[in-house]
Amino acid sequence: MAQASGGAARPVLEVEGITKAFPGVVANDDVSLTLNQGEIHCLLGENGAGKSTLVNMVFGLYRPDQGTIKVRGEEVHFEDSGDAIARGIGMVHQHFQLIPVFTVAENIILGNEVTKGAFLDLDSARRQIDSLAERYGLAVDPDATVGDLSVGEQQRVELVKALFRDADILILDEPTAVLTPGEVDDFFGVVESLTGQGKSIIFITHKLREVLAVADRITVLRAGQVVGTATAEGATQQSLANLMVGRDVVFRVDKAEADPGAPVLRTQDLRVADDRGVETVTGFDVEVRAGEIFGIAGVEGNGQRELVEAICGMRPTAGGRVEMLGQETTDWSPRKINELGVAHVPENRSKHGVVAQYTIADNLVLNRYHHRKFSQRGVRNTAAINAEAQELVEQFDVRTPGVDAVIDTLSGGNQQKVIVARELTGDLKALVVAQPTRGLDVGSIEFIHRKIIELRDRGVAVLLVSAELDEILSLSDRIGVLYRGRLAGTVNAADATREELGLLMATGSSGGQR
Amino acid sequence: MNGARNANAGVGRAASQIHRVLTEAWRLQPLYVSLYAILLSFVVGGVLISIIGVNPFTAYWALLRGMVGGGDEIAGSVARSVPFIGSALALAFAFRAGLFNIGAEGQLLAGGITAAYVGALSWMSDLPGFVAIPLILIAGTMGGAIWGGIPGVLRTKTGAHEVISTIMLNSLVLFGVRWMVNSRDPVVLRDTESTVPRTDPISDTAVLPELVDSQPVLHVGLFALVGICFVVAFVLKRTTFGFEVGTVGLNPHASHYAGINVNRVIVASMAASGAFAGLAAASEISGTNGFFQPGTFFLMGFDGIAIALLARTNPVAIIAAALLWGSMLSGAPLMQQEADVSIDVVRIIQAMVLLFVAADAIVRYLFRVRELDQSPFKATSIEGAV
Ligand SMILES: Nc1ncnc2c1ncn2[C@@H]1O[C@H](COP(=O)(O)OP(=O)(O)OP(=O)(O)O)[C@@H](O)[C@H]1O
Ligand SMILES: [Mg+2]
Repeated sequence: MAQASGGAARPVLEVEGITKAFPGVVANDDVSLTLNQGEIHCLLGENGAGKSTLVNMVFGLYRPDQGTIKVRGEEVHFEDSGDAIARGIGMVHQHFQLIPVFTVAENIILGNEVTKGAFLDLDSARRQIDSLAERYGLAVDPDATVGDLSVGEQQRVELVKALFRDADILILDEPTAVLTPGEVDDFFGVVESLTGQGKSIIFITHKLREVLAVADRITVLRAGQVVGTATAEGATQQSLANLMVGRDVVFRVDKAEADPGAPVLRTQDLRVADDRGVETVTGFDVEVRAGEIFGIAGVEGNGQRELVEAICGMRPTAGGRVEMLGQETTDWSPRKINELGVAHVPENRSKHGVVAQYTIADNLVLNRYHHRKFSQRGVRNTAAINAEAQELVEQFDVRTPGVDAVIDTLSGGNQQKVIVARELTGDLKALVVAQPTRGLDVGSIEFIHRKIIELRDRGVAVLLVSAELDEILSLSDRIGVLYRGRLAGTVNAADATREELGLLMATGSSGGQR
Repeated sequence: MNGARNANAGVGRAASQIHRVLTEAWRLQPLYVSLYAILLSFVVGGVLISIIGVNPFTAYWALLRGMVGGGDEIAGSVARSVPFIGSALALAFAFRAGLFNIGAEGQLLAGGITAAYVGALSWMSDLPGFVAIPLILIAGTMGGAIWGGIPGVLRTKTGAHEVISTIMLNSLVLFGVRWMVNSRDPVVLRDTESTVPRTDPISDTAVLPELVDSQPVLHVGLFALVGICFVVAFVLKRTTFGFEVGTVGLNPHASHYAGINVNRVIVASMAASGAFAGLAAASEISGTNGFFQPGTFFLMGFDGIAIALLARTNPVAIIAAALLWGSMLSGAPLMQQEADVSIDVVRIIQAMVLLFVAADAIVRYLFRVRELDQSPFKATSIEGAV
């Protein structure tokens, strides 16, 4: 992008020798980083490497134990994020901070209210929002209610919110983790127009392809330390991955031919409504057999969430039936379905997957705290729970100071590993996984993919829902495309091509016939 | 502005000194805010007292002697505190399940009237005490549990918010018992021989043994309510049911996903909450009053809210908070007698305690208690419960 055009690069942000420790972990250890005017600087690193911690300090949310931060050459000591905003720093967090019941305009001006006398001056705010939107190609409707927006739209709102406060240093913490491929393209368009107009950006992502596409410079963190810096030219996905993880990463998953057995999970003409009562699953038929991975591809919002929730008992069906292991399980409770040996990795990690205030150990037994192993005569066996947790933490390589750490203190990726660890153990017959590797680093993705395949090879029927086409292609044995709530087509993974799937996802038919 | 800052810094320094003692010597971290809120309220109360022209130290000295000045005073204070334990538990338990039960006031009445009715049944006098006493306590507990359970059922079946429905149920039972006890035509539960409206006296066999003949009487109900606090602490911290309650309270979506029957937990928690209030009422009817009068439990449920919040809904801390609350009320008359400071001043101080506990930002600012010190996340694992 904006290669040091002509004159010397002018640093707008200099982080020098920053160290930050939390109880039991050094999250940042003598980290230095420079962000130049008009540059996109990518921050890479494994889950828990300390990326969010670093940018949180730049944004005034944490205070460094040691080291200095300079903005435009001037040393700063932020008390809170208000100070950082005053210096022209804006941040879009890994988890959005919008208020769902407010409109876009209200959310944007929140904390920075434009007033006319005692009243909010929403009109002038609206005008400013529109002009920002136009300038940077960020289409948002100021009057829409945030709760009704897609994730991609909410993200644009977060960006406008930062720009509304005159930010010219933007920190984007994993902005693309939750976007659909189309939205990612739009997003990069916006990012380019931002840097084109002199904004500087720190961009955190786990997707190496994106890094190579947009980064001017790359800084790689491992276990809190800077282990390398690179420019996009000199780097490859493989070299970056190896630098991050500290060993050779295998991108292509090796798996043997599937050996499918009897049907385990079957739906017939399944229909499910979403929260507003609109039927988004409109007659879905599938049969997943033991020992195979059935991947469901599709643009998000085509009924994936409702489908998964209905199969797992979390959402009532509106019609049709679900069968598992030869029994009809339509509208069974989540517990009954789980006790059949059906595990579920939920799409929404913070809403369903974890209890944020609980420890790692309690989260690891969230759905089996009542089993005889962990509870005798109604009394919890803390020793057994901790022992199990200890084992799972080691087995799944969750990076944490201990199983009694509150799960909210873990990095996003490590929280996901806790969920996966919980769901992928036990005597499983079927596994329903939604977006299992969202927000995970390459090493962890490799690991979780291997685990899923291991389960398949042990005869578990796997239903995989993912917005990542690569993930679907590399894991699945058969692939179905979900389009407007039903299967638009099923193909064998061996014969599937990205193009064919892309066409099915976009139009619901594979061309040829109209 | 600057002057104010300096003065504030001085207060701040003294405050952080206190803070150090409390953290390092006494390890009371989770309860800082409450302790400081009490301190602050007494300081503000002292200012109020001096404004009305009384030396606050004289007044507080009288109050203190009224609270714990001698054996009788102590016993009276404890006796006054006992029912508060139950009404505070009623809020605290539901709170753990994410429910705001402000219906203890009504649950006390429901429990009290049931206990009084059962206690006065003619065949009660034929029973031995070790049968009659548990019976009257169980009756009151059941009465409270049903009255608490109703809002739980309404919440799960119709989505009616428990704050609204408990308020409605408070009024319903308040006017209901008033009518039942007042009415002469027809006679419902009124003792027709009495000149004041009250129910028939309970059977002698159903009277809880007395510990100290103080004012009010200190009776064995103390052990029941203190015991329940430890039971509740154990249930919340160590049992699977407690785990379910805490999980539902912190994240009902994740609870549903994890297979917990959220509706069942909501109804059970509300019923349990009501049961604690009902038990407190029954033990008062049986141990102190011997009959039911409308107005006996006036404000006791609402005081329970304040006490529970002061104790940060920790069941064991509730014992201490209830003792403080009850003894302040019990000591106030001596302050009025000796220092001529109205009993209402104690009520004002208590109201301020609640205010400071609820608006804890004030306390955190004054005493430099940082919530965001190292970890911005509050540990609310059930292990942190006690
Ligand atoms: N508030 C906190 N209290 C205790 N430990 C914390 C806290 N915040 C972060 N940590 C720890 O610091 C380390 C770095 O976490 P951080 O969130 O910065 O990782 P990250 O690089 O952003 O990872 P991810 O890619 O998974 O988001 C982790 O080990 C994490 O457990
Ligand atoms: Mg992060």
